[in-house]
Amino acid sequence: MTAIEEKQRHAQRRLDPGREYPVITASETFATVTEQISSIVLTRKTPLFWWCGFGAGVTLLTCFGIAIVWLLGRGVGLFGINVPVAWGFAITNFVWWIGIGHAGTLISAILLLLRQSWRNSINRFAEAMTLFAVACAGMFPLLHLGRPWVFYWLLPYPNTMTVQPQFRSPLVWDVFAVSTYATVSLLFWYLGIIPDLATIRDRSTSRWKYGIYGVLALGWRGASRHWQFHETASLLLAGLATPLVLSVHTVVSFDFTIAILPGWHSTIFPPYFVAGAIFSGFAMVLVLCIPLRTVYGLHNVITKRHLDNCAKLMLATGLVLGYTYVIEPFTAWYSGDVYEMHVVANRAYGPLAWSYWLVIFCNVVAPQALWFKKIRVTPQPLFAVSVVVLIGMWLERYMIIVTSLNQDFLPSSWANFIATLVDNATLYGSMGLFIVLFFLFIRFLPMISMYEVRELLPYSKPGGGTVK
Amino acid sequence: MTDPAGDFVPLSALLRSTPQAPEDEDEGLIEIPEASRRRFLSLMAGSLALAGLTGCTRQPTETIMPYVDPPENVIPGRPKFYATAVPVCGVAEGVMVESHLGRPTKIEGNPGHPGSLGASSVTAQACLMDLYDPDRAQGVSHLGVPSTWNALLIALNTAMDRARNGAGGGLRILTETVCSPSLADRIRAVIAEAPGSQWHRYEPAGPHSARAASQVAFGRPVHTRYRFDAADIVLSLDSDFLACGAASTRYAHDFAERRRRGNRLDMNRLYAVESSVSSTGGKADHRLPMGYAAVESFARDLAAAIAGTGAANTGNDARSRFLSAAAGDLSAHKGASVVIAGEYQSPAVHVLAHQMNAALGNVGSTVIYSDPVETEPVDQVDSLRRLVADLSAGKVETLVILGGNPVYNAPADLTFSAALSKAPATIHVASHANETSFKCAWHVAESHLLESWGDARGYDGTVTIQQPLIQPLYESRSHIEVLDAMAQNPGRPGHDIVRDYWQGRTRAADFETWWRQTLHDGIVADTALPPIAVKASAAAPAASGQPASAGAIEIVFRPDVYIYDGRYANNVWLQELPRPMSKLTWDNAVHMGPAMASKLGIGAQQVVELRYGGNAVEGSVWISPGHPDNSVTVHLGYGRRQSGRAGDGAGFDAYTLRQSNALWAASGVEIRKTGRSYPLATTQMIQSLEGRDPAISMPIEEYRRDPKLAQIKEREPGDSDTLYPRWNYSGYSWGMSIDLTACVNCNACVVACQAENNIPVVGKDQVLARRGMHWLRIDTYYKGHADNPRAVYQPVPCMHCEDAPCEVVCPVQATNHSSDGLNDMVYNRCVGTRYCSNNCPYKVRRFNFLLYSDWYTESLKLQRNPDVTVRSRGVMEKCTYCVQRIREAEIHSRNEDRFISDGEIQTACQQACPTKAIVFGDINNRSNRVAQLKAEKLNYSLLAELNTRPRTTYLAELRNPNSALEDHAS
Repeated sequence: MTAIEEKQRHAQRRLDPGREYPVITASETFATVTEQISSIVLTRKTPLFWWCGFGAGVTLLTCFGIAIVWLLGRGVGLFGINVPVAWGFAITNFVWWIGIGHAGTLISAILLLLRQSWRNSINRFAEAMTLFAVACAGMFPLLHLGRPWVFYWLLPYPNTMTVQPQFRSPLVWDVFAVSTYATVSLLFWYLGIIPDLATIRDRSTSRWKYGIYGVLALGWRGASRHWQFHETASLLLAGLATPLVLSVHTVVSFDFTIAILPGWHSTIFPPYFVAGAIFSGFAMVLVLCIPLRTVYGLHNVITKRHLDNCAKLMLATGLVLGYTYVIEPFTAWYSGDVYEMHVVANRAYGPLAWSYWLVIFCNVVAPQALWFKKIRVTPQPLFAVSVVVLIGMWLERYMIIVTSLNQDFLPSSWANFIATLVDNATLYGSMGLFIVLFFLFIRFLPMISMYEVRELLPYSKPGGGTVK
Repeated sequence: MTDPAGDFVPLSALLRSTPQAPEDEDEGLIEIPEASRRRFLSLMAGSLALAGLTGCTRQPTETIMPYVDPPENVIPGRPKFYATAVPVCGVAEGVMVESHLGRPTKIEGNPGHPGSLGASSVTAQACLMDLYDPDRAQGVSHLGVPSTWNALLIALNTAMDRARNGAGGGLRILTETVCSPSLADRIRAVIAEAPGSQWHRYEPAGPHSARAASQVAFGRPVHTRYRFDAADIVLSLDSDFLACGAASTRYAHDFAERRRRGNRLDMNRLYAVESSVSSTGGKADHRLPMGYAAVESFARDLAAAIAGTGAANTGNDARSRFLSAAAGDLSAHKGASVVIAGEYQSPAVHVLAHQMNAALGNVGSTVIYSDPVETEPVDQVDSLRRLVADLSAGKVETLVILGGNPVYNAPADLTFSAALSKAPATIHVASHANETSFKCAWHVAESHLLESWGDARGYDGTVTIQQPLIQPLYESRSHIEVLDAMAQNPGRPGHDIVRDYWQGRTRAADFETWWRQTLHDGIVADTALPPIAVKASAAAPAASGQPASAGAIEIVFRPDVYIYDGRYANNVWLQELPRPMSKLTWDNAVHMGPAMASKLGIGAQQVVELRYGGNAVEGSVWISPGHPDNSVTVHLGYGRRQSGRAGDGAGFDAYTLRQSNALWAASGVEIRKTGRSYPLATTQMIQSLEGRDPAISMPIEEYRRDPKLAQIKEREPGDSDTLYPRWNYSGYSWGMSIDLTACVNCNACVVACQAENNIPVVGKDQVLARRGMHWLRIDTYYKGHADNPRAVYQPVPCMHCEDAPCEVVCPVQATNHSSDGLNDMVYNRCVGTRYCSNNCPYKVRRFNFLLYSDWYTESLKLQRNPDVTVRSRGVMEKCTYCVQRIREAEIHSRNEDRFISDGEIQTACQQACPTKAIVFGDINNRSNRVAQLKAEKLNYSLLAELNTRPRTTYLAELRNPNSALEDHAS
């Protein structure tokens, strides 16, 4: 080993201290990887776990459907919202789902650009998670409208009324941010799955499957030119998607910061929201991949290294959140503004104080467990922390929205928010939608990127190499 | 159709659906002879086929009729106004009713009427809703079965025949307080026809005490009216003269005018002694809560102090200091002060008030005595008691009950309901089939006052001829028509009855001219009752009531501020109108002070059982800051069983506890916790200021010295506090000024806004969910110690901010700034994101969370203002500054090629306001009243520090405390 190589290895160790766990088991070959992952779609018996999960998802989705029909029939009064608290669960759910989506794009785009090859085995389902989370999120701005049937008035389109959306409103920015995000994510995800669809097509066992996967694979033949274009397009889309990771949640945070409401009107919101989004996104990645690797025996491709890295990202973004939780009261106090200070007091000691203290526990206290490596690499406690973080992040958005609105400027208009049946049905129902989509995905599409995992194997490098 | 009033439009007849003649009931019904399966299937098949066929059948031709000869003077879209009168707490308030194509849609005050002066009370505003109440009785019914007017006439004739032929003693008429000359005339006519018949009067609320007191003090019935515009010092002994009760519209006006005299530097001073919590007490410069019975002893001591016969008052407790300060102030303003006893205080307090006013030389200057406004005042409880006795003794053959609801509201110990069933023939004439109607053989639907002719006296005796605005919507009759039918004039229309009555009583040379002029003006000239010279006897009145045993809890009965004695229980506007101090809607409550609640260990909205005189009711507790200790207040009028869909089941029936010897208060009520709770719907959950100062209030001394004003000004943003250039308004620029000194929290503006702007009612559950729709609210805040706080009232409509936070956040441009400065709301562009509401710091935006407007009930459609959109579900709405009135004035002025003059546009709230607290106009013209008010030193913007630049601004409240008391104030 040359001195230079020694130096590089040293640097590598510093950059990637978790490398004692390989990203893939050394004994894998191209064939074993492909067989293992494609067989889930093509040949393996659908496990009971899938049926149970899918069944639960369909049940919740049905509740969602009923709630939506009821909601469209009667009006948004079925939510617990009121004046002053005119936004409630719907917007909370929207921000929560959008935030969850962020981890997928971060893994697939930013980590691609940063050449973090460990991402290869989790990026596919993380990105699918993004798509489904955005799909869930996208429902809520529509459902929360008083007149959802004219939602398209938020889009700029030529119309006989000669009225355009109002571009000063952050809600219009939201429309663009979220729709762009959804589009780019979909393209990126689909682009990434094409080679694997071709693999499934080639290994398919029936004409039907051959036909469907064949159409979806868009004629991929694995030619060098294909791979070359594919690589270039991936990098370009990754470049496009990278700013979106930051911009989407920044724009979502503008929904609040642009308002003059104390508790919303704050410059810290964009980084705060982005950190929170990645925080919850990685929690969701872990919540999804920990059961998956057990049920489908994917320990060899989703290793402790992945768990460790995701947990570290959670810890880091969780600390950013903790910082904002400290800074917010400080700025309120430093401003000397009676309204700002009241928001802090209201959150901590008001009628909804439970939400504030739960948020502190879930988002600041619980993630501190992740300082311990043992917890980072042990699936069960890591899963538990991730679930706690997901709950905490939902509550955080609930707290931001409701405890700012319920006690604002004039005491005469103060009031509380009480969630209704429909509020809960839409929250849990949207989880049903997510579960159904995700379970269909793991059943019918390769949940792990076969060709990218193959890239991790030593044989993929010219002259061979080692698994990092 | 005849057109009696000359310009009365018979269009209403066209709009009204003609009732169909009852058809043969069997027609159209298919008889099914033998119900066999085969038969059933064949019928089913046949009917299915027929049902399908109707789709192919040509529908019958229905022709709509255009006007061939359009009625003269009717321009669609241009409303007409007719003068009439609405009885409010027993006296008439003159009103002008707006009529759109024959439909009365809005009630305004009659500027020419002394009881209104252009303003209107809550009751006057809301009586419109009673006209269109879908639960109104719609015809004659006998024993619960629909009957006909002719059948009733036969019954009445039979009864009258028997009465004429010697059984006159068997005919009784029971009315409420009568202040209508023609009605009294008809009653007398019936009595005259049937010698020996009797006229009983009973109304549960009203001036029982004042009647008794005038007998004691003057030996004859005397009516008292006050001139608060000439009173420097006012002492209220448990009176809520500013915000409810007879003549409060005029009294509030006079009080506010006096309060703002001399550029606000020459204020009057109001002392209030209260056994409950009221708007007047909250407005008072000094308020002293005490038990109901204690008010009487206070009045005695005060009278003694004023007369100079009292023991020197050296005590240093709150009562003594208050008493000596008030006595000193009153004595220093002889001839320019008023001592007013509450309508619901004991007769002794009234007598003492008469004596104090006499001693202070107020009689003739601020206190005016006249003959009674009502016809033949009697002791109504005694009158009812005699009727009950006669009923029980079987002496009554026929009882005609005109209005009222004695089965529900008679004192519990008189057992009127049981006695009523002993009368063989009972006839009840009332607008709704209520508790009494169900106990009577006959029920006749009573015409609404906007459907019938009549007349009524105002608070000073001025008579107004009530003219109808619309043909009766249903088969109904007015009281005078029923009585006239009894006096052998069946079929004489109300118009003729009233006209004939007045024809004989006017000295006008040309009756027709006189009649038209009187109808037009809304007052009968020179009918105000002249002052009479009477002198109150100086003898100290006997102590009233049983002496309260120490520690016994008092219960105070008050009519509800809005639904009064229960008669308006089915009026949804009034049910949902927040009560002035508690902001409660849809329920009454057991009001008690915070100290008492903590002593009893009871929290708000917990159910307690009240037991008195062997009867018990359960009610939910409401904690009223400032309520005297050891006492609870309950409001009458709730717990109705037969009022209609809105009133039934709301609240509890406090009449159950009310005894004939303790009409307004009783001592020794037992309170027992039940452990249950019952939610009460309030529209303002927080009434403390939470360290903020939205409603600025200051003593006049501070105003003179100015330091606080400087603080107010500091918060106003300067012109340079923005990056953007200011918009230059070249034409009109609308704005509003609200004077907090003048606001007495009467809520007339709120219900006027509701009527004008088609604002829906949402119901108790939606109020509980905080979704009330009132565009204008009156925030009531308490300052100081909860045992006796000061109150501040702040009407909050839309601020129409120049830099409106709502406008920038709407994604679809549904709320915009107009070129004359209004913050417009475009309903049909709104998609309902509600972001504007979140971003409104004043929270004045209202959202149709569900379909709140009633789109289906036919009668309610008639009420709607055609100039204002009826909003559907899912859209935001808010105060528009009555933009429809602005645009109308603009069109008129443009047609006439002139500018809109100052005061030409009145918003609905402004027009209703008795104290002229609300002023609206063009702020671009410096000579306009609103611009001048905004230039005053007291002018401030709500939440000015947010730099929203509201167009609605406030004039800070000034108070005039007595410095002798102020040092000790909490």
